[in-house]
Amino acid sequence: MSSHNLKPLTQWINLEQPLTLEQYINEGGYQGAKKALHECSPAEVLTMIKDSGLKGRGGAGFPTGMKWSFVPMLDDSDPNKPDNKYLVANADEMEPGTFKDRLLLEGAPHQLVEAMIIGGYTLGANKAYIFLRGEYHVAAQRLEQAIKQAYQANWLGSDIQGTGYQLDLYVHTSAGRYICGEETALINALEGRRAIPRAKPPFPQVSGLFGKPTIVNNVETLCNLPHILKHGVEWYKSISPESDAGTKIYGACGRIKKPGLWELPFGATIREVLYDHAGGMHDGLQLRGLLPGGASTDFLMPEHLDTPMDYDSIAKAGSRLGTGGLIVLDDKNCPVAMVLNLLQFFAQESCGWCTPCRDGTPWAVEVLTRIEQGKGTVKDLDTLANLCDFMWIGKTHCALAPGAVEPLKSALRYFHEDFEQHIDQGCCPYHSIQGGH
Amino acid sequence: MEIIKTVTIDYHHYLSATEIATIEHEASIMETREAAGIEALKVVQDNRGWVSDESLYAIADLLSMNVAELEGVATFYNLIYRHPVGQNVIHICDSVSCHLTGYNQVLAAIKTHLNIEYGQTTSDKKFTLLSNVCLGGCDKAPVMMIGKAHYYHLTPTSVVDILTKLSEQNVKLEEMSDE
Repeated sequence: MSSHNLKPLTQWINLEQPLTLEQYINEGGYQGAKKALHECSPAEVLTMIKDSGLKGRGGAGFPTGMKWSFVPMLDDSDPNKPDNKYLVANADEMEPGTFKDRLLLEGAPHQLVEAMIIGGYTLGANKAYIFLRGEYHVAAQRLEQAIKQAYQANWLGSDIQGTGYQLDLYVHTSAGRYICGEETALINALEGRRAIPRAKPPFPQVSGLFGKPTIVNNVETLCNLPHILKHGVEWYKSISPESDAGTKIYGACGRIKKPGLWELPFGATIREVLYDHAGGMHDGLQLRGLLPGGASTDFLMPEHLDTPMDYDSIAKAGSRLGTGGLIVLDDKNCPVAMVLNLLQFFAQESCGWCTPCRDGTPWAVEVLTRIEQGKGTVKDLDTLANLCDFMWIGKTHCALAPGAVEPLKSALRYFHEDFEQHIDQGCCPYHSIQGGH
Repeated sequence: MEIIKTVTIDYHHYLSATEIATIEHEASIMETREAAGIEALKVVQDNRGWVSDESLYAIADLLSMNVAELEGVATFYNLIYRHPVGQNVIHICDSVSCHLTGYNQVLAAIKTHLNIEYGQTTSDKKFTLLSNVCLGGCDKAPVMMIGKAHYYHLTPTSVVDILTKLSEQNVKLEEMSDE
């Protein structure tokens, strides 16, 4: 297998100067869109997506084809047929420790534009939006440029490439809020409202943006489409035959030698990512634990290093693959301070709609602050354990608070001694060794 | 009994032609005028530095929106400033990767150098200090954003250099605009 086949999503990445439309086509781009529009019916493309085994890369890992199949596909003659449907790319990358979509957005904007054409055609959407976080200025400018080129070359607009299919694509830059990454909150934000998640049902596939059927997919998920179309389902599934289909852009950050991103066949182990690609820990530091896929995943420990980074294996180890970006904790950073930082993030970014999240996350911050400052009591540990239950799935309006519970609950389990030391010694034992944290 | 007066500002007299055109374009690609609200707040902020009450009333008038509703939107989003800010707004990332790589020392250096706390503006109106959630530069942490520029691998020393340079550049720009 040639190298571009092993790294389909990142083969064209150029962060200095991304490929223009002409260069992208010369490199083999827009062939997936060509195949979809000229050779396949929307139903055939949907079957390919389903058969490919593609799962959502935004964190939840839901099968993409199944998600799309919930959009009602009605005949033109059906009186209930909606006058439009929408496809939205979720480019609101704000999960702490996650920076993979930025690479795709800044480095190969045409790949996403091509993906939007394929996705829009499959769903029968005539309008599509890229919902981009406001801080990604370079990505905004490059996407606008790519979209402009695509319009000029008739890859967007009316009667695309003479097929009669029409798609208009717009970039919406957000004004900053983590909760916008939740798909129904994102839809509210696109409608100009406060980004509070909606109650489900109805699901967005039936009633989403402006009340019309809507699909929201993560950038990395969408960027798989051109390659599945171009090379076929069999090729896609052969990339990592013993794991989830396709590749994954894994990342690693923290005090490690070479923080970064690597597109690898699905199922690379944590050890491979952390040691073979990221070069391991900084000299003089030991691995203490890690979050395998962003801030809202459970800690895993050195004993889990040989776990393959796919959805099932990471779940079996007690965490979630999430976004696939490792956040690495070393032995000279305080685990309590790290968890406090994570909870501060969730408390600030809670939309405030439901009580367990609005009150629970700042409560956890208050207790953790007390412990970190050496003013905590043993009873505080019970309070934290109770909060983990109070904010768990089924008791909250969306997944934000349960996401906050994941690192907290697992830290209480794996770093119990550290919590107790803070309480027993009346101070943070790490203060003297880490240089003023 | 006190009567609460509703304030309206006729947007024609307040917003510039360019602002109106940009906001109308956004409204044209959305299905409702309200959906252009966030973009409108951003456009006005880009031109005027922040969103004043007057700006809020004018945008609400332009988009046929309830002022309270637009205020609810404006105060929800982190990147909309409802208070005056300095020429340069420092958004320092305080999320986990930057925490692990020592953003605290960088933050302390900024506070000492500028003599301000979070949410404050320097007396010469050059800098405002705010935090930001994960800026997506975790492989190059600690990170901050000022305007559209992102600064990576920050240290207490490098951050002071950056602020000093920006301060000098601003002086030059002011001199040019005076001429």
